[in-house]
Amino acid sequence: MARYVIVGAGPAGVIAAETLRQQDADGEIVLLGGEPEPPYSRMAIPYYLTGGIEESGTHLRKAQDHYAKLGIEVRQAAVSKVDTGANSLVLADGSALPYDQLLLATGASPVRPPVPGLDLPGVHHCWTLEDARQMADLADPGASVVLMGAGFIGCIILESLLARDVKLTVVEMEDRMLPRMMDQTGGAMIKRWCEDKGTSVLTSTKVTEIKAADGGGLQVVLDSGEQVPAALVVVATGVKSNAELAQDGDIKVDQGIVVDNYLRTSVSNVYAAGDVAQAPDHSTGGWSVLAIQPTAADHGRVAALNMAGVETTYKGNLAMNVLDTAGLVSVSFGRWDGGDGCETAESVDAENFRYMRLVFEEDRVVGALSLGHTDHVGVLRGLIQGDVHLGEWKARLQADPCRIMEAYLGSTLS
Amino acid sequence: MNTGKRLMQKSLHIDPGKCTGCLQCEMACSLDNEGAFNPAKSRIKVFDFHAEGRFVPYTCTQCAEAWCMKACPVDAISVDTLTGAKVVSDALCVGCKVCTIACPFGTINYNQTTGKVLKCDLCGGDPECAKACPTSAITFIDADWTGLERMRDWASKTDSGTRAEA
Ligand SMILES: Cc1cc2nc3c(=O)[nH]c(=O)nc-3n(C[C@H](O)[C@H](O)[C@H](O)COP(=O)(O)OP(=O)(O)OC[C@H]3O[C@@H](n4cnc5c(N)ncnc54)[C@H](O)[C@@H]3O)c2cc1C
Ligand code: SF4
Ligand code: SF4
Repeated sequence: MARYVIVGAGPAGVIAAETLRQQDADGEIVLLGGEPEPPYSRMAIPYYLTGGIEESGTHLRKAQDHYAKLGIEVRQAAVSKVDTGANSLVLADGSALPYDQLLLATGASPVRPPVPGLDLPGVHHCWTLEDARQMADLADPGASVVLMGAGFIGCIILESLLARDVKLTVVEMEDRMLPRMMDQTGGAMIKRWCEDKGTSVLTSTKVTEIKAADGGGLQVVLDSGEQVPAALVVVATGVKSNAELAQDGDIKVDQGIVVDNYLRTSVSNVYAAGDVAQAPDHSTGGWSVLAIQPTAADHGRVAALNMAGVETTYKGNLAMNVLDTAGLVSVSFGRWDGGDGCETAESVDAENFRYMRLVFEEDRVVGALSLGHTDHVGVLRGLIQGDVHLGEWKARLQADPCRIMEAYLGSTLS
Repeated sequence: MNTGKRLMQKSLHIDPGKCTGCLQCEMACSLDNEGAFNPAKSRIKVFDFHAEGRFVPYTCTQCAEAWCMKACPVDAISVDTLTGAKVVSDALCVGCKVCTIACPFGTINYNQTTGKVLKCDLCGGDPECAKACPTSAITFIDADWTGLERMRDWASKTDSGTRAEA
């Protein structure tokens, strides 16, 4: 009987555990989580902050006995070392846990920029449920809040802070919001949308220091010399894979833990999935770390199938994000920024906050951005990841980039 | 998460050649599910190919991969064991929209009015669209004979391991 051990009880780990059980009725499955919570979903945290859900609403599975029923042993135990030679883990309490097949699904952690004052009380990341509880205590209606970073995660947090009616200032070092998810056109529209809603967005601006203010609270110093008072500072300046566990063994690590098309690491009975894995990339042909939910779900499933001996090839990472910024929905897929040998088609309606941009390579769509569109956007994934040859539909899409669904049906159902 | 067995289950069969573009299906779907004749809120959509004078009704194929369900961070989508349909629970859905970009067929959409998502749930086993279609372009028949095979193909191409369920 095989013993499968999974390190990490986020979406990648949980989906892997469930998939293993589907494939192997008898194997022993141990799921280790490093936080004192039932397995939960980080990306549900913003909805907890808005009051839309209770803490239990963030739990990945709702039934208390879900894991027990499937014969999955869930344990709260931080892993401190992987001994690939002995096929065994060392846990924080010093005990050993041997495995036959290991999955590392340890996720990522927020990056801490080198700014003095980040350790002051009132400065938080928004990454764990515990972070969220602390933020919720400080983000009262009318409170001054400074959000450092207007990337994808920053903008999601922005949405939930606005819903709490705080007085929000957003500080982004780069020249636009969402520098890695939106081009100038889209980023500028989102910024204008936020400013229309009364949020101050400072782009091309750095926080140089955070100080304790005299009368309590914090003082955020900007490189412009300006100082912004704050009851809460939220730091969302990027994430980094939790690959440390793999580092001292013979498991290959680059930006994350490097895996092949089967989500296998350089050690044959060790796999990696989710935010920690650097996997083959559908768009570039290279390897990438994509810290997003759909990728974690796909990785977890494909890794588990291979661990259980059902050989399954991973289709490759595809960047995909959807964001709601105070009612303005934006979407990005794949190589939206184009590049050598790519053609683009755009439809811009700045006044009504609607935008669609498609990037083509030969007669295939390889990337896309949209703003203000909510219908059928998933088909962009189908077009890109399915490598759909558009034939005559390419010209029609160039004339009207919004006809993505017709293009998909026309090219695949002929 | 159990993707369910499709044995003895029925699925929607769409024959675009028979569709005249009358939109009765969209009307029936929105009336039954949203309580109003509002094609914009219909879960089945008829696409109009002006150039060829052709209409294609299209909706969720209840694909075996269930990309939407697997991507959902809060387990708000589950399989109806009776029909095999992937069904959204409005009580659990937080409106994050991840399912809308995860479904490669574009058949689960965000509804800004409710802050939740809309997808076909096969009306619990008696789909209104099929009943409303006057030309039998949409029929509800045994699942092993499905005209939406090509759409499913894409899903099965992506990995060989789980094809047995399709
Ligand atoms: C506020 C916020 C909003 C987000 N919104 C979105 C969104 O809208 N769309 C989207 O696609 N993505 C979003 N994300 C990202 C998404 O949540 C992650 O991509 C996803 O959680 C990754 O899943 P994972 O299983 O790889 O890792 P994680 O969910 O990070 O889980 C990692 C697990 O590993 C455990 N662990 C780590 N180290 C150890 C150790 N040494 N020993 C034992 N256990 C360990 C942790 O405790 C945790 O249980 C958001 C993230 C945040 C924080
Ligand atoms: S909405 Fe899309 S992913 Fe979900 S079951 Fe239907 S076709 Fe599959
Ligand atoms: S929008 Fe709702 S159903 Fe879709 S992934 Fe998010 S929580 Fe799940």
